[in-house]
Formats: sequence, C-alpha cells, structure tokens
Amino acid sequence: MNLKTRLHILKRKYRGSKWAPAFNALHTFLYLPDETTHNGTHIKVADDLKRTMNTVIMAMVPCLIFGMFNAGYQHNLAVGDIQAVAGSFFSSEFWTLDNFLIGFWKIIPLVIVSYGVGLGIEFLFAIIKKHEVEEGYLVTGMLVPLIVPVDIPLWMLAVAVAFGVVIGKEVFGGTGMNILNPALTIRAFLFFAYPTWMSGDKVWVEGAVERTNEIAAGANLDAISGETILGSLAQGKEVAFSTWDMFMGFIPGSVGETSTLLILLGGLFLIFAKIGSWRIMLSSVLGASVMGLIFNQIVDAGVITETSKFYSLMSTPFWEHLIIGGFAFGTVFMATDPVTASQTNKGKWYYGFLIGFISILIRVFNPAYPEGVMLAILLMNVFAPTIDYYVIQGNVKKRLKRLKVKTA
Amino acid sequence: MSNDIRIKKGLDIKLKGEAEKTLEKAILSNFYTLRPEDFHGVIPKLISKVGTKVKAGEPVFFDKSNENIKFVSPVSGEIIEIARGEKRRILSIKFQADKEQTYQDYGVFNVDAAKPNEVKAHLLASGCWPFIKQRPYDVIASPDRAPKAIFISGYASAPLAADLDFTLKGKEAALQAAVTALGKLTEGKVHVSVGAKSTSPLAGLSGITLHKVSGPHPSGNVGTLINKVDPVNKGEVVWTVAAQDLVIIGELLLTGKFNAERIVALAGSSVEKPRYFTTKIGSEVATMIYDKGITQRARVRVISGNVLSGKHIKPDGYLDYYSNVITVIPEGDDYELFGWNKPVFNKVSTSRAFTFSWLNPNKKYDLNTNTNGEHRAFVVTGGYEEVFPLDIYPMQILKACMYKDLDEMEALGMYEVAPEDFALTEFVCVSKQPHQEIIRKGLDVMLKEIG
Repeated sequence: MNLKTRLHILKRKYRGSKWAPAFNALHTFLYLPDETTHNGTHIKVADDLKRTMNTVIMAMVPCLIFGMFNAGYQHNLAVGDIQAVAGSFFSSEFWTLDNFLIGFWKIIPLVIVSYGVGLGIEFLFAIIKKHEVEEGYLVTGMLVPLIVPVDIPLWMLAVAVAFGVVIGKEVFGGTGMNILNPALTIRAFLFFAYPTWMSGDKVWVEGAVERTNEIAAGANLDAISGETILGSLAQGKEVAFSTWDMFMGFIPGSVGETSTLLILLGGLFLIFAKIGSWRIMLSSVLGASVMGLIFNQIVDAGVITETSKFYSLMSTPFWEHLIIGGFAFGTVFMATDPVTASQTNKGKWYYGFLIGFISILIRVFNPAYPEGVMLAILLMNVFAPTIDYYVIQGNVKKRLKRLKVKTA
Repeated sequence: MSNDIRIKKGLDIKLKGEAEKTLEKAILSNFYTLRPEDFHGVIPKLISKVGTKVKAGEPVFFDKSNENIKFVSPVSGEIIEIARGEKRRILSIKFQADKEQTYQDYGVFNVDAAKPNEVKAHLLASGCWPFIKQRPYDVIASPDRAPKAIFISGYASAPLAADLDFTLKGKEAALQAAVTALGKLTEGKVHVSVGAKSTSPLAGLSGITLHKVSGPHPSGNVGTLINKVDPVNKGEVVWTVAAQDLVIIGELLLTGKFNAERIVALAGSSVEKPRYFTTKIGSEVATMIYDKGITQRARVRVISGNVLSGKHIKPDGYLDYYSNVITVIPEGDDYELFGWNKPVFNKVSTSRAFTFSWLNPNKKYDLNTNTNGEHRAFVVTGGYEEVFPLDIYPMQILKACMYKDLDEMEALGMYEVAPEDFALTEFVCVSKQPHQEIIRKGLDVMLKEIG
C-alpha cells in the first residue's frame, strides 16, 4: 500500500472529526486533493491559493538569502574583521560562508518562530471554528522575519506574531476578511510595544545590542553602531554608504528589505506571474516620486534652509527615496496584499499613489522614527474600502443614469 | 445593418475533443424524460398520469404560477414513470416512445398575418413558450410582460460548443418564421449575433438587427450581447432564445408539429470520435456516447451542456431541455503529489505562477474535473475582471449575493446577469468559489423578494 492510499484512508478516518482541518492542512501540502467539481464549471484553472501564496514566497526567497549574507556582513564589518564591499554585486567580501552562517543562525530562528507561532494559531482557530486552514499565513510568516531587526528577541517576535494573527486577522474571520495587513500589524505592534528594539542605531547590526550591554557592564570594547541610511539622514549626519551600496543592499536595515535590486527583481517576477498588482506597485512609486519632487522643489526654492532639521531628508533626491529604507519592500510585498488593498482596478491606482505619497511625507516629518512606509500602508489599508466604495459608486451611478435617460 | 462587437476581456479555453463536422442519426431512444428542474423556478402541475398515452407535442404539465405555460411531450408514447423526491417534488417524467411517432397537430400558422396576441397564445399552447427565457432572473419568460427587446446569440464561443453555423444549416425557413413571430411580441428590436467570420443562416434573416461579434469567450454568450447592445435596467425585461430552439419554434409554426429534434454535438477528450448527432430533447445519452465514444468502464464525467455551465448527468442520463452539446471529460478524483507547487504544463491557467499555459496559447488541453485546490474565501483580486467583459464589478456583486443585500445587488447590476455570465470567473477563481451557484441563489432571492 503506497503513501497516497494510506493517507486517503486516514483522511476518511478523520473526516468530520475536529482534527480534520489539521490533518487536511498537512495532507494537502503533500498532495493536491482528489476533490472534483460538481455543478457549475466542470473544469477549473490550475491555480489555487496555495500556488499563489507559494509564488509570492518564491519571490521573497532571494531577499531572505541576501538578508542572511548581509547580517553576517554587517556584523563582521562592524567588528572590523573585513573590509567594506567595493563595487560589484558579486563582491567576494560579501558572499562568504562566514557571513552566511552568522546570518543563517540568526535568521532561521526568526523564521521558525514566525511560522511556528503563526501557523500554530491558525491551526488552533481552524480546529475550533471547524474550517480548513487557509494559506494566508504562508506569506505573512515569510514577511515577518524579513521586516524586523536581526537581533529582535525571539519572545518578542512570538508575542507580536500572536497579537498580529489574533487581533489583525482571526477576529475578523481569518484569511480574506482582515482589514489590516497582518505582517505590518505584527511589525507595528513591535514598534509601539518595544520601540528601543525597533529603532535607533543599535539594533540593525547583529551583536550591537550585546556589545552595548557589555560596555555598560564595564568591558573595554568599541561600541558597534550601525545606523540605517534614514537614521543618518534624519539626524542630518553624513551618509556612510554610496548610492550603489544602497541599491545593492550592502547597508544596515531590517533583515530582508535592504537590497532594492532583489526586491525589484521579485516585484518584476510577481508582475510577470500576474500575482502582484502592477497598478499598485507603479502608482506607489509615482506617489513617492511626486512627494519627493515636491520636497526637492521646496528645498530648491529656499523655503527650507540647511539649519532646518528636515533639510537633509527633504533635499534627498526623490529617486533616492525609492531605494532607501523599507519603501521598496513595502511597495512590492506589503502594499500589494490583495485582501487589504483596494480591490477594484481603478481603486488600486489611488491606493498605491497615496501609499507612496504618504510614505515619504511621514518619512520626512517624523523625527522619532524616520520610516513611513509601514504606517502609510496601514493607514491606506483602513481607507481602501472607502476608495473602493467611491469607485463602485461610479458604476452604480452610470446604471442609474442609464435608467433615467430611458424614463425621461 | 450590421454592428460589430469586439470583446477583449475573456478567455478561450482550448480543449481536446472538438466535434468533427459530420452528422449521424442517433439510435432511436426507447425512453425519454422531462425534468422539471431544467425549467428553473417552475413548479409543475401534472396534466397526465402514469399510463397516459400522449402524442408528441401534447401537454404533460403546466406551470403552477402561470397555467398558460404548457410543457409538452417530446415524443409520442406512454408515460411510464413519474419520479418524485422530497415533499413529493417531481424529479422526472419518463416516457416510453412509440415505434411510430404521432404528432399533436397545432395547424399551420400564418405568421405574417397573425396579431401579437395570437402568436403568444399559439406558442403558449403548443409548448414552445419554455424556449423563451427572460432577464432579469434568467427564468422562463413571463407572458404578461412585453420585452423591450429580444436577443438571440448565433455564435457559440464556449469550449467545445456545437458550431451553430453547422447545426443551423438549411433551417432558414424555420428560423425566419420563428424570428418573425417573436418580433411581433416586442416593441423593440430582435438582436441577433453571429461570429465575425461565420456563414450563419441567421445572418440572412429579415426583421432582425444583426451584430457581428469577435473576441474570446464569452463573446458568444447572450448576456454579453445584451450588455453591449442594450443593458437591462430596473423595471425592464428582455427575452432570450437559444438559436437551436428557434428551429423547433419555427417548425411548429410552419407545419403545426412540435418536433423535438435537435442536432447535438458529442464532444470532449474522453470521446473516441467526437461528432454531431440528430436526436431529440430528453433522449437517453447512452444512444450516442458508446458508439465510437467512451468505453463502458471509463471514469468519465458526462455533461449535458458545455464544460462551463452544463449539467452533470450519469452515462444512463438524458439530454436536458436546452442543451445542444454533450461533453464527456475524464473525472479527476485523484491526488497529485505536490500538485500545488510543482510547475504545471498540462493545465490551463491565466497566471504565470509556475504555470506554463501562456507559453503555448494554441495548445489544446485534456482537462479533468479536479478542482485543483480547495475552496477558500475570496483573496485574490483583479483576476475576474480580465475574463469578464460586462460593465459590472464581478467580485462585488458575488459578495452582495452572498450576504443577500438586495439594494446592493440591484445597484450593482443584478437585473442584467445570468449564472452563465459568471462561468469564466468561476473557472479562473483561485479560491474555487461556486460563482454560478452564488448568482443563481442571488437571483432567486431577488425573484422571491422583488418579483
């Protein structure tokens, strides 16, 4: 008796029991189910939600792997073991096993905690509410480790994931029903509950916090400081990285969001696969560029002088805003979440544009936390249904007008 | 006068097993059935009992809510069984056919001289009325309300559909009689669509407004034609008639006989030699599917209708009242190892998510009935719009039907749609939602509450 038959018999056995959702979730991971159509269409497309979600994860894998190398690289660079990368993306200083292993051992636990806690809760809810385990968390679970600082304590991550999944998603009815992007809900929770772990210049490089504590305890060591580009700009400091480094991603930041190049490739792949919405991505870039250009114009007009604390961020060329901070990652992987974004094609243009626009606005004017894309997306998540409402009203009005013309 | 309609949004699903254009006479079926469920919303009141001898075209039951709408026997013979389900609901009426067919004579009808009321009464009495459907609600037309226009699609764009140019060939006289008669029942126009390159006999008819349609499915759906030409507003009614049914209506008017004969396509990848048959409404499909068709023990799905909107019947089932195609495709009740993430080459997909049907747009596929995934909540957006040419928001109207908000359903255009308009969105649905069923239930709620 082969595996397929054995699992089929087990599936029969569990049918109707409370463990059925859990069993089916695991079973369907191994085998596409034997379900057939009834009435309605007798044939169906090859795509299902698992495939869709899996495609998004595939687009993120390069960012994850790059993040592992980068975590090790930033650490080794900060402690002075290696030289800074010069030039090419395939620099031999960066792609070393040593760099990778440091990052690997830091980041894999983040992935495991994220998936373990999140999927655990999903299974629990599925069993209690007697529905199938839906795939939404597959993407969320991958996003979460990519958008947190590498040194975040695992228990904090676990608490945040639990909060995000329960409050951000399950209370609304689970996958497909949530209003806020669950991954960003998790990040926002971390940001407001444990701000010292989510901002400043001590959290972005592996080992920096530990070193600070050792120094405080009296050890005679140099502090590791790894400031993000935005952090430097917000404080009016000189940026220590070239534009090329920023684009390639050899900079400190959250685990997976530094390499604009790989995010761009991931985004292009998602557009090609017709999974990610190009409307949202494009309009978000447009929105950010417009806001950036407005700030550049204000600086050019001499309204803001160099003495202003907003000067350095405002004078950053608009296109550079696109490659620093989490903007690119947020636009490609978070703003495009179909459940929380606008659901009409026209609405997606407004939604994306406003995300880009507000991201840069918050980025420039928020002194405490110089990144705006998370808050911009969460804000627009809330407004997405309103945008859709007005877009659909346009269609409704057209219909009413047609009726009036007839009766008049 | 001809108006061109070009459809851009849609999807042609190319399947193996298209019917070859050769016509055979099907073996005469011994048994025929009428299934009241084919007539959505009709509560049948029987006229005849088991054991009654009927002629072809003799009324067997009528609609309880409108006694004038008669449903007639497709053949002459004896009623041998009336199967009932829960609450004594009539499931089917089974006839044993006579060797020699006799017809109820309704008399030759002078279409040109007839008044609208006479046409209506004649069609009602002779059992031709059920061929006329109406929108809103996609049910048999109410004879009490005059339609603002009548729509007939002469272009079959659905996968493996019977080619209407072929099946209607040589029926010009009957078609003309039918459209002339129908034209008297509306103040508006009779809109007929044909394919852009077709040689349809419909194109030569007088008294119609001709539209040439092109583009992918659902360009041939009558719902698409209505939406592009003259959409249904609140309070309005339009009628639709399937092109093949015009032949039966026309023949009745010309000869006085209700001749249930129809040319159907036997198609699908499970059929050895797909081709056309002349048969009758309600006949056993077994008379067609086994000769150079399927093997006795094949695990197949027999569908009365096309693969997108047809009815699932058993191999010993019967051709339903409106279909002109029988499709047989393989059942897909098997597991597939890592089917959700491995690259897919042998199935149709509108995405490119490790699915590769985009590489070879002209390839014909052998699809089975597997759902390729489990039922989920609506998640992905934007995919329906690409295959949905109507000026309606598909996901929003589906959701409105699910939570039964009548005002919203009305505002979003529920009066304009029929379940089959949502066949393609159902096909491409990543969440495997039953769109046509959702729309059907939504229409039923509206019919009940608003009427």
